[in-house]
Amino acid sequence: MKLSGAEIFIECLKAENVDTIFGYPGGAVLYLYDEIYKAEERGDIRHILSRHEQGAVHAAEGYAKSTDKPGVCIVTSGPGATNAVTGIADAYMDSVPLVVISGQVPRALIGNDSFQEIDIVGITRPCVKHNFLVTKIEDIAPTMRKAFYLATTGRPGPVLVDIPKDLTNPDVYKTEFKYPKNLKMRSYQPTIVGNKRQIKNALDMILKSKKPILYAGGGVVSSRASKELTEFGRAFNFPVTTTLMGLGTYPSKDKQYLGMPGMHGTLEANRSMHYADLIICVGARFDDRVTGDLTKFSPYAKVIHIDIDPTSISKNVKAHNPIVGDVKQVLGTLLGMMKDQKLKPDLSAFDNWWKDIEEWRAVDCLSYDQGDDEILAQFVVEKLSDITGGDGYVSSDVGQHQMWAAQYYKFNHPNRWINSAGLGTMGFGLPAAMGIQLAHPDEAVSCITGDGSIQMCIQELSTCKQYDLPLNIINLNNGHLGMVRQWQEFFYEERYAQTYLKSTPDFVKLAEAYGHVGVKIEKPADVEGALREAIKDTKRLHFLDFITVAQGNVYPMIPAGYGHNEMYLNKQDAIDDMKAKTKK
Amino acid sequence: MRHIISILMENETGALSRVSGLFSQRGYNIESLTVAPTDDPTLSRMTLVTQGNDASIEQIVKQLNKLIDVVKVMEMSDYQHIEREIMFVKVAADNMEACASIKRMADIFRANVIDVKNKMYTIEVTGRPDKLDGFLETMVDHKVIEVVRSGAMGITRGSNALKV
Repeated sequence: MKLSGAEIFIECLKAENVDTIFGYPGGAVLYLYDEIYKAEERGDIRHILSRHEQGAVHAAEGYAKSTDKPGVCIVTSGPGATNAVTGIADAYMDSVPLVVISGQVPRALIGNDSFQEIDIVGITRPCVKHNFLVTKIEDIAPTMRKAFYLATTGRPGPVLVDIPKDLTNPDVYKTEFKYPKNLKMRSYQPTIVGNKRQIKNALDMILKSKKPILYAGGGVVSSRASKELTEFGRAFNFPVTTTLMGLGTYPSKDKQYLGMPGMHGTLEANRSMHYADLIICVGARFDDRVTGDLTKFSPYAKVIHIDIDPTSISKNVKAHNPIVGDVKQVLGTLLGMMKDQKLKPDLSAFDNWWKDIEEWRAVDCLSYDQGDDEILAQFVVEKLSDITGGDGYVSSDVGQHQMWAAQYYKFNHPNRWINSAGLGTMGFGLPAAMGIQLAHPDEAVSCITGDGSIQMCIQELSTCKQYDLPLNIINLNNGHLGMVRQWQEFFYEERYAQTYLKSTPDFVKLAEAYGHVGVKIEKPADVEGALREAIKDTKRLHFLDFITVAQGNVYPMIPAGYGHNEMYLNKQDAIDDMKAKTKK
Repeated sequence: MRHIISILMENETGALSRVSGLFSQRGYNIESLTVAPTDDPTLSRMTLVTQGNDASIEQIVKQLNKLIDVVKVMEMSDYQHIEREIMFVKVAADNMEACASIKRMADIFRANVIDVKNKMYTIEVTGRPDKLDGFLETMVDHKVIEVVRSGAMGITRGSNALKV
C-alpha cells in the first residue's frame, strides 16, 4: 500500500517505538500534524504541545536524559525552526540523543526567500551531530532511520531532519513504506570496544600510582555505566569526583566520593585533582570549567582517558593513555581482566593519599550558617535532598542556584540530575522538568531555578497545566542575576550592571494565573513544610517562591586563571586576594 | 608546519560546507582546498592544505573523522607522496623583449603557453606549490594580469591508497 509522506513519518516513529513527541504546529508541518492527530486518536502516539519551540526541545531533552530513549520533537519552518536552535545547541553540547523534525517550505519555493523559509540545515550545521534535508518522498523513511541511529549510537547527539511541505502532501506524492532494518553507514562506525593493550596498560598505570583520582563525567550516564564505575572505584578504593554532567553516577553519600571538581567544586576534589599522580578520566572531557587555567592544571598527573569520542581525548589535556571506546565496555573489560588475573587490589595502597584528602575534606568547604531570619539557598537545596533521600528527579536552570543544586543535592543514582551544563542555557529547567515528569509520571520532579532563569521559559507553566504535571518549582529568588552579580562583585568593583531585576513579578499570583499553587516562603522555619507539602501533592504543580539572601555567593570558587590549589572559600579570601593583586 | 590532508567523503549536498564550516568554527586555517568527485560517483575527494603543530593536526584529523559524511581521512605528510598544483598565469606580452623573456621562463619551468591573444600570454604551470611560487617570482618584472591556482592535491606513492 502506498502511503503519503506524512503517513510514512508516523510509521517511522512507530517503528522506532516513539510514544511521546514534543512540538508546536505551523504552516509547513500541517500535513504532519494532520497525521499526528489521527495517530493520537488511534492511541499510537502522544503529542505534547509546548508554548514555545525552545520549550519543546528542552522538554524532549529532559525526557531523553531521564530515560534510555531519544527525545523527539517537531517544529515548523522559519521561526519555529530558529526557536528550536537553542535547544538543539544545548543537546549538542550535552550529548543528548534527540531527533528534531522541522518542516520546510515546499521544494519549489526553497531558495526564494519564501514566507517562513530559513535554511535551518545551514543554521544548525555547527550544533548538530548531523542533519538532513529530505529531497524526495522515498528518502523519508531511510533518513528517519539514519537520524535515530545517529542520535542514539556512539556519542549521542541531536539530529535534525528538514522535510519540505510538498513531500508530506497526500495529494501530491505517495510511495511504499519500507523501513530499513539493518543500517550500515560506511562513514560512521563508532569505536565501542576499547583496545585491550591500552586497557592492560591502564591497569599497570593504576597499580603503579600512589595518588590516583577517578574523574567521571556525562559519558558514564550516556553509557549507563554507573554500576561498572562504582564497582571499579570501590575495587581500588579510589577517591572519586564527578563532573556537573556526571552527578549521580557514583553515589554521593559514599565515603570515597569527593564531590564535584572545577570552578565551584569542593576543596577536596580540586586539591585531589591538583596533587594527583594519576587521573583516570571516564567519559569526561576536561571542560574549561573543570580545568581552569590549563597551564596550572594538575601538574603531576599522568592521564588515562576513556571516551567514545576520540576528539575529546587530548583536546585540552594530553592523555598518556588514550582509550577510545564505550565507557561501559571498557570498564567491563577492565574489571574482567582483574578477575582473570585474580587481582585483588590492596585497599590500603592509597592510605597516605587518603590522609591528605581527609585533611582537605575536614575544612568542610560547603558549610554554611543558616540563621533564623533570611533563607539561604543552600539550605533549601539541602532540605530538598534530605526529604527526597537523594532519589528525586531534579532539573535546574543556569546560575548560582544550579551550582548550589549540584553542591548540596546528594544524588545516589544517574539520570536524576538534568541540567544544562555545556551550553549553560537559562530557561532549560522548567521545560526539561516537564519532559522528566512525562517520562516518570509517578515520581517527584523538582525544578531548581532562580528568578532570572525561570522567566526565560515561564510560558511553559501553561503546558504544565494542560498536561497536569505536578512539578515542584523551587524558585531561589534573590532578585538578582546572581551568578553574573557575583562576578561583578569580585571582578568589576561591585558595579552591578543590569543584574538587579527591579520588577520581578509576583510569582505566587503568576503561578495562580496559570492555574497552579503558588507559595511564597520567607522564613527558614517554613522551608521544610513548603517542600513537603509540594512533594506530597501529586496532583498539582507547586510554585515555591523562596525569598533568599539577595547577595549570596557560590563558594568555593576558583577564579579564572587560577590553579586548583588556589580557591576562594569565602568572601574574605576574595577580598584579600584582590588587595594583594592591586598592591602588585 | 604545513600539512596536506586528503579526505574521502560522501558526495552529498552540504558535505563541503561541513568540512569548511568545521575549519572556521574551530579556528583552523585553510591554505587551500580542492574537491571533486572520484571514479566512484558516490564519493568526493578533497585535498586540504593547513598549518599547525602536531597536536592541532591530530585534533583536525579527529574532528574531520567525526563528521558523519567523511568516510576516510589521510594525512599525506605521514606517507611518501606526490603533490601537484596547477596554475594559470595571464601576463602582458606587449613587446618582443617581454615575449621572449616570458617564453624562456615558461620553458625553464616546463610550463606551457596555452593561449596568446590581444598581446596576452596565458601560461599553464604544473608542479609542487613552491615551484608555482617560484615561477610567479620570475614574473615580477612583467605585468601579471591574473593568476588562478587550483590548490594542491596529493597521492601516496606505491601501494598505500586512500580508498574505501
